[in-house]
Amino acid sequence: MSLWRQITRGTRALANRSAADREVSDEVAHYIDQATADLIARGLSPEEARRAARLDVGSATAVREQVRSSGWENVLETFAADVRYAWRRLRSSPGFTAVCALTLGLGIGASTAIFSAVNPILFEPLPYPHADRIVMIWDIFQGERSDVTFHTYRELKARSHSFDDVGAYEAWQPTMTGAAEPDRFDGQSVSWQYFRALGAAPALGRDFIESDDAFHGPNVAILSDTLWRRRFGANRSIVGRSVTLDGDSYTIIGVMPRGFEDVPSPSTEIWSAMQYDPGHIEDLTGPEWGHHLRLAARLGPGVTLDAARRDVGAIARTPVGEFPRPRWAALRNGFMVDSLQEDVTRGVKPALLAVLGAVILVLAIACVNVTNLLLARGAQRQGEFAMRAALGAGRSRLIRQVLTESLLLSFAGGALGILIALNGVRALVALSPPGLPRADAIAVNGMVFVFAFALTTLIGLGVGLIPALQVSRGDLRGGLQCNARQTAGSHQLTRRALVVSEVALAIVLLVSAGLLLHSLNRLFRVDPGFDPSHMLTMQVQTSGHKFDDPTGVGAGAAVRRQFFAQALDAVRRVPGVSAAAFTRLLPFTNPELDIYGTHFEKDQGGFDVFRYVVSPGYFEAMRIPLLRGRLLNDHDLEGAAPVTVISESLARHEFGSENPIGQHVHIGPTDLPWFTIVGVVADVKQVSLADNQLDEVYITPAQSWFADDAMGLVVRARGDAAALTPAVRKAIWSVDKDQPIVQVSTMDRMVAETAAERRFALILFEAFGLVALVLAATGIYGVLSGSVTERMREIGVRSALGATRGSILGLVIRQGMALTALGVMIGLGAAMLASRALVTLLFGISRLDVLTYAVVIALLGCVAGVACWVPAWRAAGVDPAITLRAE
Amino acid sequence: MNDTNTDVIQGTLDMLILKTLSLGPLHGFGIARRVEQVSRGVFKVNPGSLLSALQRLERAGWLDSEWRQTENSRRAKFYALTRSGKKQLEAETADWNRRASAIARLLKAEG
Repeated sequence: MSLWRQITRGTRALANRSAADREVSDEVAHYIDQATADLIARGLSPEEARRAARLDVGSATAVREQVRSSGWENVLETFAADVRYAWRRLRSSPGFTAVCALTLGLGIGASTAIFSAVNPILFEPLPYPHADRIVMIWDIFQGERSDVTFHTYRELKARSHSFDDVGAYEAWQPTMTGAAEPDRFDGQSVSWQYFRALGAAPALGRDFIESDDAFHGPNVAILSDTLWRRRFGANRSIVGRSVTLDGDSYTIIGVMPRGFEDVPSPSTEIWSAMQYDPGHIEDLTGPEWGHHLRLAARLGPGVTLDAARRDVGAIARTPVGEFPRPRWAALRNGFMVDSLQEDVTRGVKPALLAVLGAVILVLAIACVNVTNLLLARGAQRQGEFAMRAALGAGRSRLIRQVLTESLLLSFAGGALGILIALNGVRALVALSPPGLPRADAIAVNGMVFVFAFALTTLIGLGVGLIPALQVSRGDLRGGLQCNARQTAGSHQLTRRALVVSEVALAIVLLVSAGLLLHSLNRLFRVDPGFDPSHMLTMQVQTSGHKFDDPTGVGAGAAVRRQFFAQALDAVRRVPGVSAAAFTRLLPFTNPELDIYGTHFEKDQGGFDVFRYVVSPGYFEAMRIPLLRGRLLNDHDLEGAAPVTVISESLARHEFGSENPIGQHVHIGPTDLPWFTIVGVVADVKQVSLADNQLDEVYITPAQSWFADDAMGLVVRARGDAAALTPAVRKAIWSVDKDQPIVQVSTMDRMVAETAAERRFALILFEAFGLVALVLAATGIYGVLSGSVTERMREIGVRSALGATRGSILGLVIRQGMALTALGVMIGLGAAMLASRALVTLLFGISRLDVLTYAVVIALLGCVAGVACWVPAWRAAGVDPAITLRAE
Repeated sequence: MNDTNTDVIQGTLDMLILKTLSLGPLHGFGIARRVEQVSRGVFKVNPGSLLSALQRLERAGWLDSEWRQTENSRRAKFYALTRSGKKQLEAETADWNRRASAIARLLKAEG
């Protein structure tokens, strides 16, 4: 009721200001009349009564003002007046306004863009109910996360009391046939509780149930919303229909809701039940004892992460008879348990946090710069404020005016910033490293707008605060009497302090950018061990029942080997291909499944190695140099004596300076004939350019003890490698059109991608560093230039007294460089501390790398020198006669 | 009109206005005069504060206002207590009495 009155009366007053004013005037006039009449009634003459009444009531205007200032609409009106006035002031100096708005726009835009990227990844809860209750559970191999085996999953599920649902999943890339051309989907085979663990359920049809996940259970699949729309025309009657996947008929039982994100495996479009065999735990050769599964589990009510860790740790330490464990799944190192969010962001977190820190620095520099500009302007406007104070404006009124101006500036910057952020986010997504989780969730959305708005308001108040205090604290009467000339002292001190901080912040950013740049250069100078130029790579897989091995005598394996051999022949015939070969392990791909133990005849010892199954010609195609002996060739076939080529590092580890040629070794199973070492080749980088890694052994597919179902293809092109893609694909499909080809890339790109996170951080740091440098330079320039203007008279006197041009030049430049030097020193200290945050992103250099720091100081020194020189030159050009006459 | 009158005690103006209007509708000056008269000239109401307070109380829904002819046929804005104004007056009176008696007790104890 009363709120309603507040609103209606206030709005009415706003809408018809003059009527509202008249009403107040009338009431005041009536009041005075009544008071007069009252006094007359008490015996005063009308003349006296009128005087006394006016004295009593006071100024009618003052009363009106008092009444007028009480409603909310009047506060609004004062504010509107402030805004109008501020707007006129800003419009009257467009250059100043543009520089301030642009500076703030850059700062706000960059921060908003980074926030919109970092927020969904690091801060926003994942898109599941109680997402913080979802954890990932890993086995541990050599201190690193490792997939768990099916029987480990089963044991964990049976024995732990910490989880409501345990979802297991593993990659599954089925090929759909039966349509015009085969289509390959990114899928996951999951345990029936997978979606329950995430807290999701299909929008259409049903979720998996326990019987779907039974050994030899029904072939059922659930589609993602995007796949359902793309391949099945969003047909609601799809549920219950069958599709052919990898030659088998699968029934579609459900479709996930639009917007469902499979955060643990982001590109997934289709899910099926994994259907492992829970019996035969003593059979160690089956897939049930392979490290294939990842586990996402939901904590039970009231169970903390630590409690769950203790629970699974205890299970790992105390094997029970019901669940015997082989050596490779003995869980000797326990489990690694982390929240899902922590788990998926672990790789990108350092880079994202570093970038977030960098953008905060940029924003700080932008704010300092604008504060400085406002201060300089405040100094020029001292007279204006003194006048307003003399006319009765209170201190708070003046502060409000200054803050209104800075807020207006900041909102102009904010609007610009949103535009910059909209474009920046697109660029960010394009730049983002491939492992970035939730990349689809990066967008300028409502949350981001709220952030930008709050940031803008905060900045508007922040940058206005010092100028506002400065203005209101100043001796206003003094300001009225003299001109800006004499009031500069205290402002200069504040402004110098601000410039020093600006330089210091810029140093921190530049040092960080420099360290990253230096690291990346180091990284790309690392020799991968082969020649990545003009190389096309892809993965060729085999799918379908013709590769099955029902008889167990290797029939399927023979078909598989034959397919790869024929495909290779076809590829080699493609015009433009100079060499091609298959390899089990493409460089810079995950080698986890192909780590085997070696066992040397010489000392009965061995090392873990990467098992490279390569077709003869691989070394030639990759240009991996042969150091000793011979390479693998077309005579190393199934019936021939098994031979292997080993890497230089393995030769050194096992044989030292001895000749390894002719020595014997087992790779993997020890009950097969010895492999004879026939050659030694140079080391290649398998995992990434940065990491130290295991040694390598190479064998031919024909002499391997099993046939791999997927092989990497490397093709060296005479010209542009990427351009060969369609022809190479066609060649492989000419052999068998149902075999999937995935992960097509060029080797150059794969090399670059190994450093993607570092590059991502570097590009942003470079951009931010550049902005910081420019802002710091303008800051120095602004302060010196203002100081020269204010000291014109002093400089005039000096030159009248015989100071040379050179000495005046020196005077100003010294002043500027002293500020710079102070800023550099503070900045260096801060950079040394800040570089700790970068350590994980560095490679091959110390975070205190002297060269980087020196280059940054030199760079900043040069830029600061230029920024000092311009005002100094102006000062040196001062004509003493003119300056002194002007007084 | 003499020097012994003081400004209304801080925070009690609202209550005095409400109390005055509980006896019947009045215009601004009428309220001021009534307060002075009843307090025998101890309290003097500042017109600016009075008119602002009237606007505020009206907005709060405790008063209604209306332009009416006065006896000497001039237009004046008359204020009247509303139902919720009456409740507010009761609440404020009770509160005031509580405090006043507490202060009185304190002063007595010290005396």
